[in-house]
Amino acid sequence: MRYNSEVISNNKEKLNSKKTSRKNNLIKRLLGSRNLGDLIFERLTLLFAVLVFLLIVFMGYEMYTQSKLSISKFGWHFLFNTTWNPVDEVFGAAPAIFGTLVSSFLALLISLPLGLGVAIFLSELSPSWLEKPLSFLTELLAGIPSVVYGLWGIFILVPWLRTVVEPFLMKHYGYLPFFKGVPYGFGMLAAVIILSIMVLPIISSISRDVLKAVPTSQRAAAFALGATKWESTKIVLANARTGILGATMLGMGRAVGETMAVTMVIGNRPMISASLFNPSYTMASVLANEFTEATSDLYLNSLIELALILFIITIIINIAARLLVWSMERKWKKA
Amino acid sequence: MEKSITQKANYYRRKTTNVFMMSLTLLSALVAILPLLFIFYYTISKGISHLNIDFFIKMPTPVGETGGGMANAIIGTLILLGIGGGIGLPIGIMTGTYLSEFGNNKFGFMIRFLTDVLSGVPSIVVGVIAYTLVVIPMKHFSAFAGGVALAILMIPIITRTTEEMIKLVPHSYREAGLALGIPKWKISISIVIRSAWKGIATGILLGLARAAGETAPLLFTALGNRFWSIKIFQPIASLTVYIYEYATAPFTDWNEQAWTASLVLISLISIMSLLFRFITRSKYKNVN
Repeated sequence: MRYNSEVISNNKEKLNSKKTSRKNNLIKRLLGSRNLGDLIFERLTLLFAVLVFLLIVFMGYEMYTQSKLSISKFGWHFLFNTTWNPVDEVFGAAPAIFGTLVSSFLALLISLPLGLGVAIFLSELSPSWLEKPLSFLTELLAGIPSVVYGLWGIFILVPWLRTVVEPFLMKHYGYLPFFKGVPYGFGMLAAVIILSIMVLPIISSISRDVLKAVPTSQRAAAFALGATKWESTKIVLANARTGILGATMLGMGRAVGETMAVTMVIGNRPMISASLFNPSYTMASVLANEFTEATSDLYLNSLIELALILFIITIIINIAARLLVWSMERKWKKA
Repeated sequence: MEKSITQKANYYRRKTTNVFMMSLTLLSALVAILPLLFIFYYTISKGISHLNIDFFIKMPTPVGETGGGMANAIIGTLILLGIGGGIGLPIGIMTGTYLSEFGNNKFGFMIRFLTDVLSGVPSIVVGVIAYTLVVIPMKHFSAFAGGVALAILMIPIITRTTEEMIKLVPHSYREAGLALGIPKWKISISIVIRSAWKGIATGILLGLARAAGETAPLLFTALGNRFWSIKIFQPIASLTVYIYEYATAPFTDWNEQAWTASLVLISLISIMSLLFRFITRSKYKNVN
């Protein structure tokens, strides 16, 4: 009742408003039919939401202005130059970009099948009493700080690689260019293994959600035709492929930006080589290692430009990934 | 006759493939758990030896002397979390409230998307931004700069959990308020947010847990400090930066203390995320 009378009185006010002054009109238009408190509350929360929006725009802008020196000096050449030499002040990001992309790609190569396996197990196979603790454990894996992974990498993983894995690979597959060089332990291989462990929980938990979003009727239809569990899973996977691609890219985003664990095991030398045993460098580890040592403005600017490149790469990956996951979820919501 | 034999063979082949593939998924689940067990095992077994009361109340010793603790780093981590929370909580909670109460439009959609993107920005890049934003104008490293970096990392987590927790509040609560003629903003604050408060608090906990484990954004903002300092405009020590320094240093005693610091840090974070799970589960299990 009260609501109705309010609407009626508002309509009357709207009719009358033509006669009132311009100023009054403006206040009315701003308020509409709402309570003043409502308006203040909405605008206040909106202000903070706008703040978050501005923050992201500002982040990119700030890094751009702070790296102007190196952008103007090196231009696009910064991306392709393979020399990173702080002493002569020649800065090229190519080794770091190479290291970042290769380490992330190889890590995904390991963790994608594994993560997918976990996701399939959790969504299709495991009884519900097992599913919750298992997914909790994989999420716990995501909660371990990166620096602890690094610590574990230095004292457990690297010695194991140096004494067991790398000599073995050299002995049996040493003719391949990937397994040449000195089995030092610290290097690309260690970084790849650590990264694949860190990316695994992301891929498995998002893939699990995506698989669960596929309607049960799809599985029921497959079973009705006499399909085995695996055959129905294949149908589910085919339905979920966009979402899984999204999950993979989110994992990629994490791997690209991962800093501490990689810095602690990758060996930190700006070189491009085919061998997984050799030390390498990633954009994030360059920043972690050299930022506080940057003595000249050009050096600092180059480092900030490196951060800008990393920022742009991760943003592109993340946007693509979110769009993929969303399009998948929306498709099934409509269905 | 022949047909039925091939059919049978086909059937067994399908059965075998099924069992094989399904055991592969089980195997991958086991392999995925393995690193977790490894890391927990080594952190506990290696960290426990230095875990004593000294670790919590004493200062780090100079190179060459054994013993000592990380009192300054523990306080430092807490101070950094305090600054980060002080900045990040209001922004995160308000944005989350906006998204759940008024966010069903294009702008809300965009903000939701951007917070997701923000959560994917590498923490080291956030550190660089805090550096350009705070350290360059102030001309020196400070706990405040570290807090700003942690706040930026917390915002997306707190925003999304706040939004989700508010959305979990049954619609009937809102309708009850409307039926009493209460203005919408009062309903939002004193009914909806109040009922979701426990959930929001655990979201805060989750954000703090993530921030507590961050190292990269602190390296060139809070920097680290070997001495006792609780001033927010001076460099400050933190557990994670200590772990990094002690792990990469060539002294066995430091290496061992790095394990202990990891043990303390992991326990802290695990307790936080366990609390998060426990509280959210018990509260929302039977609602709706």
